[in-house]
Amino acid sequence: MNLDSQIPEGPLSEKWDNHRFSSKLVNPANKRKYRIIVVGSGLAGGSAAATLGELGYNVDCFCYQDSPRRAHSIAAQGGINGAKNYQNDGDSIHRLFYDTVKGGDFRSREANVYRLAQVSTNIIDQCVAQGVPFAREYGGLLANRSFGGAQVSRTFYARGQTGQQLLLGAYSALSRQIAAGSVKMHTRSEMLDMVTVDGHAKGIITRNLATGETKAWTADAVLLCTGGYGNVYYLSTNAIGCNVTATFRAHRKGAGFANPCFTQIHPTCIPVAGDHQSKLTLMSESLRNDGRVWVPKNSEDAGKNPNDIREDDRDYYLERKYPSFGNLAPRDISSRSAKEACDEGRGVGPGGRGVYLDFSDAISRLGEDAIRERYGNLFQMYERITGENAYQRPMRIYPAIHYTMGGLWVDYNLMTTIPGCFALGEANFSDHGANRLGASALMQGLSDGYFVIPYTIGDYLAKSGGGAISPDAPEVKEVMESVRQRVDQLVSASGKRSSRSYHKKLGQIMWEYAGMARNESGLGKAIGEIQDLREDFNKNLLVPGSGDNLNAELERAGRVRDFLDFGELLCRDALERNESCGGHFREEHQTKEGEATRDDENFAHAAVWEHKGDGKIPIRHTEELKYDNVKLAVRSYK
Amino acid sequence: MKLILKIWRQDGPQDEGDFEIHQIDQVSEDSSFLEMLDQLNEQLLGEGIEPILFDHDCREGICGTCSLTINGLPHGPENSTTTCQLHMRKFSDGDTITIEPFRARAFPVVRDLVVDRSAFDRITQAGGFITVRTGSAPDGNALPVPKDDSDLAMDAAACIGCGACVASCKNASAMLFTSAKAGHLNLLPQGKAEKDKRVLAMVSAMDGAGFGNCRNYGECSAACPKDISLDYIAKLNRDHAKAKIKKIFS
Ligand SMILES: Cc1cc2nc3c(=O)[nH]c(=O)nc-3n(C[C@H](O)[C@H](O)[C@H](O)COP(=O)(O)OP(=O)(O)OC[C@H]3O[C@@H](n4cnc5c(N)ncnc54)[C@H](O)[C@@H]3O)c2cc1C
Ligand code: FES
Repeated sequence: MNLDSQIPEGPLSEKWDNHRFSSKLVNPANKRKYRIIVVGSGLAGGSAAATLGELGYNVDCFCYQDSPRRAHSIAAQGGINGAKNYQNDGDSIHRLFYDTVKGGDFRSREANVYRLAQVSTNIIDQCVAQGVPFAREYGGLLANRSFGGAQVSRTFYARGQTGQQLLLGAYSALSRQIAAGSVKMHTRSEMLDMVTVDGHAKGIITRNLATGETKAWTADAVLLCTGGYGNVYYLSTNAIGCNVTATFRAHRKGAGFANPCFTQIHPTCIPVAGDHQSKLTLMSESLRNDGRVWVPKNSEDAGKNPNDIREDDRDYYLERKYPSFGNLAPRDISSRSAKEACDEGRGVGPGGRGVYLDFSDAISRLGEDAIRERYGNLFQMYERITGENAYQRPMRIYPAIHYTMGGLWVDYNLMTTIPGCFALGEANFSDHGANRLGASALMQGLSDGYFVIPYTIGDYLAKSGGGAISPDAPEVKEVMESVRQRVDQLVSASGKRSSRSYHKKLGQIMWEYAGMARNESGLGKAIGEIQDLREDFNKNLLVPGSGDNLNAELERAGRVRDFLDFGELLCRDALERNESCGGHFREEHQTKEGEATRDDENFAHAAVWEHKGDGKIPIRHTEELKYDNVKLAVRSYK
Repeated sequence: MKLILKIWRQDGPQDEGDFEIHQIDQVSEDSSFLEMLDQLNEQLLGEGIEPILFDHDCREGICGTCSLTINGLPHGPENSTTTCQLHMRKFSDGDTITIEPFRARAFPVVRDLVVDRSAFDRITQAGGFITVRTGSAPDGNALPVPKDDSDLAMDAAACIGCGACVASCKNASAMLFTSAKAGHLNLLPQGKAEKDKRVLAMVSAMDGAGFGNCRNYGECSAACPKDISLDYIAKLNRDHAKAKIKKIFS
């Protein structure tokens, strides 16, 4: 597997400029001759499709929802980073770069991260010009908030709906191109496989979810902008339809999958209420500014009304363990501490999987109105879901899977190990290392789509000459046939168990053994259990109805089938990465106080997996990560 | 709790469709309306009946995918709430609940409770954007925007495009949706240059898509899960009249 990262020569701050200058350009008149497939219409796909269409390429864009505006990016709340230094508080491109590399626990590629920080400023300009209603100060200039431990205030936001507003911006640009005829939008279309010819990406096969029609699309290049794989855990903060199918199918065709075990868990979500639960809802992390996290000291008190538990009988464990950061300890640390408390039997609420986030001190200090003003909408959301009033009774929270740093391996040009196949946004592995900082995913999606791919794809097309094939070519027909067989096989599954029940079970295995804390024996066990579950799935799955129309059970069955294979890969990666770093915590590698210990000598690399066929063990390759501009350091929050 | 569900089933756009009645037991008060339907679907699978199809994705009230007319009300009885955020504790043991698709001529049924809302996309394509080439934008702070204008634009931009406004309207008018999008852009200085063109194009696309006329019944705003105000409709009417007059005299 060729893992040449194609990092340009020159000093860090000049690499992107040099690269743009040395990239070949496609003559404007020739752009029309190239056809580009963009799978996904979130921030990454929407911005890429709109920009490429505007440049004159022929673009086909696909999404599984009924409208491109509904991609999962819409749900992002907090904000987007940009190194504008509008607050004059010492921010700079270099600082954003450094914060991102350090936040990623030194497992990302310097050159990519630097470029991300550089274009972050263009993103803000672009979005403002599109009419994104970012929050403003009274003077009419853009407002900022601080986020996720950064010491500067560089996060731009639109109330609690930043993702929605940025996506509507990209969607409006996309809509303009659809009207102009340069982009053809295909909604309710799910990519089920990729077509390669001599190892080059040449097209995709989709299933129209409304009519059941499978169809082949060919092009000079394929962009996968299909988001993250958090739903391998069944319960996550992701939208229900988020899936790994597109990237995993590309992986099976030769695209290396990097660092699948790097997953992010968010500490403040509303806990699972019961067996009916289908997803988890994130509560903004800002709540930890005024809330105090605690559990009862004694497990006997866990079932009591919290207001009846005496102050002396409460354990404010974050304040106790991390006196200087207290309730604001970083995401991974707060999450793990909550798990420990619950493992000790001190968790609260249904199933003992929750901890209290208590506002009573803040309310007596500042008054209920002040708290309502700050967090009113969150308290309301909490009440809607739990039926509890958090002004009178502490909130219950618990960590949940939220984001996935791993993804398809890409080089500096965002190209996967399959020439002509690119991956953008959460679908690639590029910029966040082992842990993503808050407000950086939106930035990365838009950077990839608006500002990076338009250059790098031109270089690829100009140098390779592209070369779209006919949808009737034998290579296309072959993949099409295998997709049809796969769909037929699923739809004729007449066992007893629903795809949802398999998904749930897989999620339980993943969460138990590959969740907040992992260890060798657990991961080995998980791999065995997943294999058994897959065998059972192949024998006992039930899919009703036909493949000729809308069939949600069939859709889910296909996604779960890929999650089963992918879950195993994730566990394998977690097993082989014999260190703790960022979101990947191996219990064997911690200090006496329970802090993660990284192993830079042996693991300062990206692990990239090569598929070797069904039932065969995949091969692990590595891309060494070199740090010429930052010094590897230990994170400490005591 | 135990419930009787009267649910609309329709095999395809051309089929007639009818209600089907199902009973469901042991529904948790803590489950959401869609989780209750998940539970019903698992039950139907066991009974050899094809599960009921409905649209959904984020399940947190922001993507606008979920729909459903519940007991005659789009998104059900709770104010400012989408179906996916509605929880079963708002119902009582023994209730009969009627569940239908969002009904409107411009939203044909795809299957069961799933409808085709692509007409909204076409309205946006007609003019719901600001023409700005990628990479050509001036500095974000080059153009100050009064906070009040920005806030008003944001109120309009909060629309999730679910279509409850259309489903609640006797005339199945899409004025609230169209006015929210147009209003968001027209209120901002960046959107002023194309204002007249935008307004004429969007209204004409809306009329062409088969939505009915607005008679100011106001049901749309009451049904809107994001509380989009009727003021935007008034504003769109004004802007449209102005644009038309300008066009005649130019
Ligand atoms: C609740 C929540 C809050 C968040 N808040 C923030 C925040 O405040 N700041 C921040 O920076 N980040 C945040 N994030 C993370 C961020 O939202 C995502 O990482 C980012 O939006 C992903 O964008 P994307 O374009 O890569 O993918 P997505 O937006 O997930 O888009 C994926 C697209 O691919 C399509 N697709 C997927 N599979 C297929 C297939 N097989 N066939 C065809 N199409 C397919 C989908 O239809 C969709 O159009 C948050 C995430 C969550 C869950
Ligand atoms: S499912 Fe997204 S708004 Fe209801």
